[in-house]
Amino acid sequence: MLQVIRADGDFDPKVEPDLSHEDLLKMHRYMLTVRRLNEKGMSLQRQGRIGFFMESTGQEACQIGMSYTLTPIDWAFPSYRDPGTCLVRGVPLSALFDQMMGNSADEAKGRQMPVHWGFSKWKIVSLSSPIAAKLPHAVGVAYAAKFRGEKSVVLASLGEGATSQGEFHAAMNFAGVYKTPVVFFCENNQYAISLPTRRQTASESIAIKAEAYGFEGVQIDGNDILAVYKATKSAVDKARSGGGPSLIEAITYRIGGHSTSDDASVYRSAEEVELWKRRDPITRFTAYLMKKGIISDQENKKFIEQIDAEMSAVVKEREKIPPPAASTLFTDVYSEMPWHLREEAEEFMRDEGENGPQGEAYEKEPGSF
Amino acid sequence: MTTSNIVQTVNETLRTEMRRNGNVVLLGEDIGKDGGVFRATAGLQNEFGQQRVIDTPIAEEGIIGMAIGMAMNGLEPVVEIQFLDFIYPGFNQIVSELAKLRYRSGGHFPAHVVIRAPSGGGIRGGLYHSQSTEAYFTHTPGLFVATPSTPTDTMGLMRTAMRGSDPVMFLEPKRIYRTVKEELPADEEFTIPFGKAKVLKEGTGVTLVSWGAMVHTCKAAVELASKENVSVELIDMRTLMPFDIETILASVRKTGRVVIAHEATKVSGFGGEIAAQIAERAIDSLQAPIVRLGGFDAPFPYALENTYLPSPERILRAIRKAASY
Ligand SMILES: Cc1ncc(C[n+]2csc(CCOP(=O)(O)OP(=O)(O)O)c2C)c(N)n1
Repeated sequence: MLQVIRADGDFDPKVEPDLSHEDLLKMHRYMLTVRRLNEKGMSLQRQGRIGFFMESTGQEACQIGMSYTLTPIDWAFPSYRDPGTCLVRGVPLSALFDQMMGNSADEAKGRQMPVHWGFSKWKIVSLSSPIAAKLPHAVGVAYAAKFRGEKSVVLASLGEGATSQGEFHAAMNFAGVYKTPVVFFCENNQYAISLPTRRQTASESIAIKAEAYGFEGVQIDGNDILAVYKATKSAVDKARSGGGPSLIEAITYRIGGHSTSDDASVYRSAEEVELWKRRDPITRFTAYLMKKGIISDQENKKFIEQIDAEMSAVVKEREKIPPPAASTLFTDVYSEMPWHLREEAEEFMRDEGENGPQGEAYEKEPGSF
Repeated sequence: MTTSNIVQTVNETLRTEMRRNGNVVLLGEDIGKDGGVFRATAGLQNEFGQQRVIDTPIAEEGIIGMAIGMAMNGLEPVVEIQFLDFIYPGFNQIVSELAKLRYRSGGHFPAHVVIRAPSGGGIRGGLYHSQSTEAYFTHTPGLFVATPSTPTDTMGLMRTAMRGSDPVMFLEPKRIYRTVKEELPADEEFTIPFGKAKVLKEGTGVTLVSWGAMVHTCKAAVELASKENVSVELIDMRTLMPFDIETILASVRKTGRVVIAHEATKVSGFGGEIAAQIAERAIDSLQAPIVRLGGFDAPFPYALENTYLPSPERILRAIRKAASY
C-alpha cells in the first residue's frame, strides 16, 4: 500500500512527490476548508437551515489529493463526499453553499438535494443520487475526448459500495475495451451506510478488481494526501499519454455518520471510530508540514481562523438569497417546453404566481430519513 | 422509381445524417460488421470506421451510459438497442440519467442521445422480442417518444430526432420493417416535426387512433368497417411525447365516437392517457364511451401471438361498439 507520510508525520524523501511549498500549503488550506465545511454543513442541517447534509470528515486527503492532479481541460465526476474536488477545481465557496441551500443563485436552480455538486464551468458534472450511475458517463466523456484527439482526462470518484453496482462493472469493462483516459478513484471509507466492506465484496481488495478488466489497480493510504496525489498523478499522466484507464483504491474512514439521516453508533463501535480519529489525514499532513518547516503552529491557527471567518461570512451572505422562482419548476425539462407542460405551468402561474406555496418543512426523525 | 422499406430508410437516414454531421456516432451490439440483427446499420462501419460505428459489449447500461457521457462532451450518439425488450438493464440510465440531466443540471448538461429500439410483436419473438412498452417512457418527463409507421415518417421523424437536442426514444415497428415500401422525399431538409399526428383517412362516424405497426392493422379494420357503412377517421399519432391532442379533438368533435387501438397492454397503456385527455377536454362532444383496445394484459405469448395482437376483426368489433352505442 503506497504511503509517503507516516502516521507521525515522518516521511521518506525518496518517494515524496514533486510539489512546491506553495502547492503544499494550498492543499493544506483546502483540507482545512473542507473540514470546516463539514462542521458547518452539519450544524446548518441541525438548525434546520439546510435540508440534508453528508459529511466527508476523515476523507479530506482523498478529495484534495486526487483533484490536485487535474488541469482545467480535465473533467471531474465527484461524489457527494468530495466538496474538496469542487474547491480545488476553482469553484467558489459561495457556489457550494448556494447548492446546499438550493437558492436562486444555484446553477441547478435548487432542484437537487444538498451535496449533489454540479458546476458546469469547471467541468464538474451534476451528480445524481443513484449510486454508480455516473461511472459510464465518465467513460463516455473520455471516449469523446479521445475521439477528437484532445488530451483531457476524466476523474470519477466512487465509494466502495458503488463497486457492487452493475454500472461499475459496465464502466470498468467499457473503459478497458475502449482504453479511455479515465481514472476511477474509489474512496474506500469502509462503510456503505451501515454495510462494512467485507460484506460488500468477497474480493481481497477493491483494487484487485481492475485486473479483471485489463488495467491496473493500486491500493494506497487514503489518509496520506501525498500518497493520494502521487498515485493519482501517475494514473492521470498515464491516461493523458494514451495509456488508458486505472483504478485507485484509497483506504480511508468515514468519521461521521453516512448522512444527517443516520445514526452510525448502531452498526459500529466508538473504539473503532477513535482508532481512525488518531489517523486523521489533516493532523498527519500538519505534522509533515511542520517537520519540513513549511508552517508553524501559529500560522496554522491563523489559517483556521481565516477559514472560519470567511465561511461564516459566506453563509451569512448566501442565506440572504431567495429561493428559486416557482416558474423554474417547469423549465429545462426539454430544450423547449412542450404544450402539455406549458399548459400546466400557465395554469399554475395564473392561480398561484411566482411565490407559490412552499408548504411546511418535513420533520425528520433524528437518526433516520 | 426506387422505393425503400422502413429498415432501409433507417439505414439511409443514419448514413446521410452521419455525412452531414461528423459528431454523430452509433453504438450498439453487433452493429458494425454484422450491421445489426435487423441490418439497420449495414455498411455504415465500412463507410465511417470503428470510431464512429462502435460495436459494444453486451451491457445496455454501459451503452446508454457511455452515450450519455459522449453527449455531454460534444458527440451526438445514436444508440441501437437490439430489441426494446432488452433495454431494461439500461432503464436506470434512461430514467434517472438521460431524462433528468438537463433539468437536474439547471440546463448545463443536456444529453442529446437518440435511442433506437425495434419494438412490437408479430415476428415470432415470444415474450422477449415482442413487447410495446412505450408507456414506460412517456411516463418519464424529459424524454421524447417517436414511433413511425411508414418509411417517409421514419425519415422525417428520425431527422428531427437527430437534428434536435433532446433525448428521443425512437421505437421502430419491427414487424413492418420490410413490408411497407415507399418512394422517399429527395429533399435533404425534409423533416416531420414532433407532436403532429397524421390523419391517414378522413371519416365522419368514428375516430380511430393508433401508432406504430398497429396503424396498418387499423387500416384493414377501416376497410372492413366501410363495407358496413361505418365511416372511420384514422389518426396515426407518430409521436407519443409530445402528443398531438388537437388533431384528435378536432376529429372527436366531428365524430363523437372514439376507438384507441395499440399493441401495448391495455391497463396503463398510452391509450389511457389519450382517453383521459379527450374526457377532460371534449366530453361534451362524446356520443359514446371511449373504447380502448390493446394487447391483452398478459405477457406476450409465442405460439398465440396473432391471437394476442389486436386483429382487424377485433378492431372492427370495437368500431361497431363505438358506432352503435
Ligand atoms: C442505486 C442506489 N441504491 C441505493 C442508494 C442509497 N444509498 C445512498 S448512499 C449509499 C451507500 C453508498 O456507499 P459507498 O458507495 O461506499 O459511498 P459512501 O457513502 O461510503 O461514500 C446508499 C446505499 C442509492 N443512492 N442509489
